[in-house]
Amino acid sequence: MSTAIDEARELFKDEVVTKAISRDIELPYGAGTAVLITLDNGHDHTRPNTFGPGGLLSLDAAIEAARGRKDIVALAVTGKPFIFAVGADLSGVPALQNRDQALAIGKLGHDVFRKLGELDVPTFALVNGAAMGGGVEVALHCTYRTISSGVPALALPETFLGLVPGWGGTYLLPNLIGAEKALKVIIENPLAQNKMLKGGQAFELGIADAMFEPADFVEESLRWVAKVVKGDVTVERPEVDKGEAWDNAVNMARFVVEGKLHGAAPAPARAVELVAEARTRTRDEAFAAEDEALADLIMSPELKAGLYAFDLVQKRAKRPAGAPDKSLARKVTKVGVVGAGLMAGQLALLFARRLDVPVVMTDLDQDRLDKGVAYVHGEVDKLLKKGRVNQDKANHLKALVTGSLTKDAFADADFVIEAVFERMEVKQQVFAEVEAVVSPEAILATNTSSLSITEMASKLEHPERVVGFHFFNPVAVLPLLEIVRGEKTDEVALATAFATAKKLKKTAVLCKDAPAFVVNRLLTLFMGEVLGAVSEGTEPETADRAVAPLGLPMSPLMLLQLVGPAVALHVSETLHEAFPERFAVSPELAEVVKAGKTAIFAPDFSIDPEVKKLLVGGDEPSAESEILDRALRALAKEIRIMLDEGVVAEAADIDLCLITGAGWPFHTGGITPYLDKVGVSEAVNGKPFHEGDPKAV
Amino acid sequence: MPRTARDVVFVDGVRTPFGKSGKGLYAETRADDMVVRVIRELMRRNPDLPPERIDEVAIAATTQIGDQGLTIGRTAAILAGLPRSVPGYAIDRMCAGALTAVTTSGAGIAFGAYDVVIAGGVEHMGRHPMGEGVDPNPRFLSEKLVDPTALVMGNTAENLHDRYPSITKERADAYAVRSQEKVAKAYADGKIQPDLVEVVVRSLEQGYGLATKDEPPRPGTTMESLAGLKTPFRAHGNVTPGNAAGLNDGATGAILAAEEVARELGLSARMRLVDFSFAGVEPEVMGVGPVPATEKLLARQGISMDEIGLIEINEAFAVQVLAFLEHFGIADDDARVNPWGGAIALGHPLASSGVRLMMQLARQFAERPDVRYGITTMCVGMGMGGTVLWENTNYEGGK
Repeated sequence: MSTAIDEARELFKDEVVTKAISRDIELPYGAGTAVLITLDNGHDHTRPNTFGPGGLLSLDAAIEAARGRKDIVALAVTGKPFIFAVGADLSGVPALQNRDQALAIGKLGHDVFRKLGELDVPTFALVNGAAMGGGVEVALHCTYRTISSGVPALALPETFLGLVPGWGGTYLLPNLIGAEKALKVIIENPLAQNKMLKGGQAFELGIADAMFEPADFVEESLRWVAKVVKGDVTVERPEVDKGEAWDNAVNMARFVVEGKLHGAAPAPARAVELVAEARTRTRDEAFAAEDEALADLIMSPELKAGLYAFDLVQKRAKRPAGAPDKSLARKVTKVGVVGAGLMAGQLALLFARRLDVPVVMTDLDQDRLDKGVAYVHGEVDKLLKKGRVNQDKANHLKALVTGSLTKDAFADADFVIEAVFERMEVKQQVFAEVEAVVSPEAILATNTSSLSITEMASKLEHPERVVGFHFFNPVAVLPLLEIVRGEKTDEVALATAFATAKKLKKTAVLCKDAPAFVVNRLLTLFMGEVLGAVSEGTEPETADRAVAPLGLPMSPLMLLQLVGPAVALHVSETLHEAFPERFAVSPELAEVVKAGKTAIFAPDFSIDPEVKKLLVGGDEPSAESEILDRALRALAKEIRIMLDEGVVAEAADIDLCLITGAGWPFHTGGITPYLDKVGVSEAVNGKPFHEGDPKAV
Repeated sequence: MPRTARDVVFVDGVRTPFGKSGKGLYAETRADDMVVRVIRELMRRNPDLPPERIDEVAIAATTQIGDQGLTIGRTAAILAGLPRSVPGYAIDRMCAGALTAVTTSGAGIAFGAYDVVIAGGVEHMGRHPMGEGVDPNPRFLSEKLVDPTALVMGNTAENLHDRYPSITKERADAYAVRSQEKVAKAYADGKIQPDLVEVVVRSLEQGYGLATKDEPPRPGTTMESLAGLKTPFRAHGNVTPGNAAGLNDGATGAILAAEEVARELGLSARMRLVDFSFAGVEPEVMGVGPVPATEKLLARQGISMDEIGLIEINEAFAVQVLAFLEHFGIADDDARVNPWGGAIALGHPLASSGVRLMMQLARQFAERPDVRYGITTMCVGMGMGGTVLWENTNYEGGK
């Protein structure tokens, strides 16, 4: 085993080691001497503490040094300012070559951490800042925990990435706070966009025994430690229900995991089973089972895809491929929004909130304009009610967003975005009117989802200022912004678009001016294969269920309903026009739209009987596996074509788009790592999208 | 509107342990964090005081830049979690900063403008060495307004030896040895510790630690060990690091209240502010400042030094204490003077020290119901002295 650890250390040779620094302190109230271990990797809070093999061994040495001492009454562990510890150092994980190495890492964590629960003196975790994964597990191994009410994030995010909290988390947490609450932290939160707990919420759940304010958190924690040591404070925790409640919680979690993932990602289900068994296992049994789970999962393609996806959103998203030098960007001090519909309103609110500049909406119709501005003001009131902004800020935001019947109000705007009806002549007309009033430098952006930017700009005096700026609905939820470069779009317009996207806190991806850009092209293709199967005679329920093994956030027909059948039809027509051999227009969908149906499903989630009547095709039904296969093959083929056409720079950008614009999951890494894994890329294109492990940057 | 001055009482005082500047306890600790810890501890020790009843937070610092800048009374109040409605300000009279914070805000209470205040001071002389960023007006020297030695405190102490030739280096050293002995005894008797609040300290190399006691004291100091020390301010001079206070980091704070408000809220009233006085002297002998300040005060109150039962005098330099004692005809080892030792042993983080004198006086008052009056007095750079007269609320002599 030790050789495996040495090998692992070698693979983590770039580890930023979190050192465990011991210092003797005199506890207050004459309680005696304690060893206080500070976890600190020597960097500031922007580089949080993590545990690689070096960090684990440093902690081990610190614990061992305290173990032999007869002159101490307690051992406490805390972090560096703002950070406790955020878990395992995952940087070396992709480099692990075999299961033995993975097993060794898992076991090393257990061997070190468990000592915190097996010393002769009580141990205390003083959770002063962000704590995740292995950081939380360090705290769980201690006898007692205090937490700062200022902790911004505490989580066991492992299942979100493709692991389990396997350094004791699946055993210690349910035995501390019960299975139901533990599964909320281990399963529910990670599967809900990796939700984090705040210090107060963690305390409420019983993860910590005492909570203190951040201003003098360590001092007050040490006073509490002293009181516990002296017996002046007795920690009482509610008894954990190890009966029916445990089983019920586990069954509920199984149901949730199955419902969300359909077996697509192994980690959450594995974590649930570990929690299920934690009820009766001994520590040794439980920790050994965690080691095995970690070893299996570390070697799994889903974890590789998860880590790749994590790097996409954490790293690639911050440095968009192909973005011009940001110094070229122009300042945006006033924004114009053409249109006053729902999309225009969402954009106006976003621009006002994030850019903090005046935003003028225009519409030809006073009534629609009033409604548009009123919508934005109403949304501001909602923010006020929720306490997200105070009254002053609400007043300010409302004052920023105004309406005008004429485009004269755009005269001093330097960024005008249109969100009008999706017709080329309409948009060209709008841009011509805007160009007549704005300065020659003002950026003209379009939120078109499928029309050509180049064509839209073609009739302008300054076509170089036109850029595609395609948001995803709901704008406040989906991070993606496809920034589209037309044939004549210049570097300044592009740089300004990227700089603006950054201020809007959006994930910008540069796309070529190709029909429907990235996300809509692929989703339409994907849905087209499902609708194609329906056309041929497959039951719509069967076709819809066929892609469930991917574990997508919603089924194709559910997505169709969300997008709206009419919009979906329109996009498919556009794409059919561009690529008739690969994009079909579903006659059944056309019927649904013709019938004026806006929903596919009835309120009970069964297909609306009237819609179902329209979704009847031929007499050549396909099996689910056949439909999945053809959908995946179509995706692989299309993505390869898009890369060859240069729609985006790399496959990683496709995945980033699908994750941030369509909510496609981490465990598929967007889609290309999955297509490689199941061999579809190779079969269709003769080569995988990624040579070796997928790389985000 | 007719107005009656109200009695002002010292409710409570707390301080951080004092550290040695440079590589000492607080080398990597911010000054404002130290003040915050003091304010929060004052609030914890006085749970009957509703925080919204605090009308002012007056915090002194000599060097008001960086973590001691930005109107530290206000920033510390916010950082300490006091309600936003509680105002605060920064105050400066160099070494007498905290003392002035008390007299100024205390006067505001007497005037009726405040009910309850927090007054204190801080100096992190490691982060802010004496004289940091100063820009003395050239006229001081061109017009000979002050002697060139006036800006270096050690030089003013040497000057004071010149003015009082009878105060020899041996007398100064002997005084310093006694100060160390008294502090060691006070620590052993547990007199000092109750006013301390432990402070977390962090070092990149050593991790988090806890400051629980003063770092500067050197118990076991002897005449012999002092004799060989250098006299950095004058060749063959009298002033050494041994008979002067060091360079230190620390923060202090006190709650003051109108006596009637303290009664209403159930706060303790440990001593009563009777009067205070400040006076100026030649800057080059600033150490003599407490003499005229105290004379002025006693004259106004019509009481003599014999009636003062306890004297807490800051020990910036032994010579400056001895000059004061010599002037008033008090013996060098008079038991009334600094019974628990002083700044030579404990340290003197400039603007914070005034409130340390007060918290020690208040505790001595509690032990000495036979004593009615006590003073806290300090010398101040640029040639000043400040003295505050306190009445023991435990005084039983009148009964």
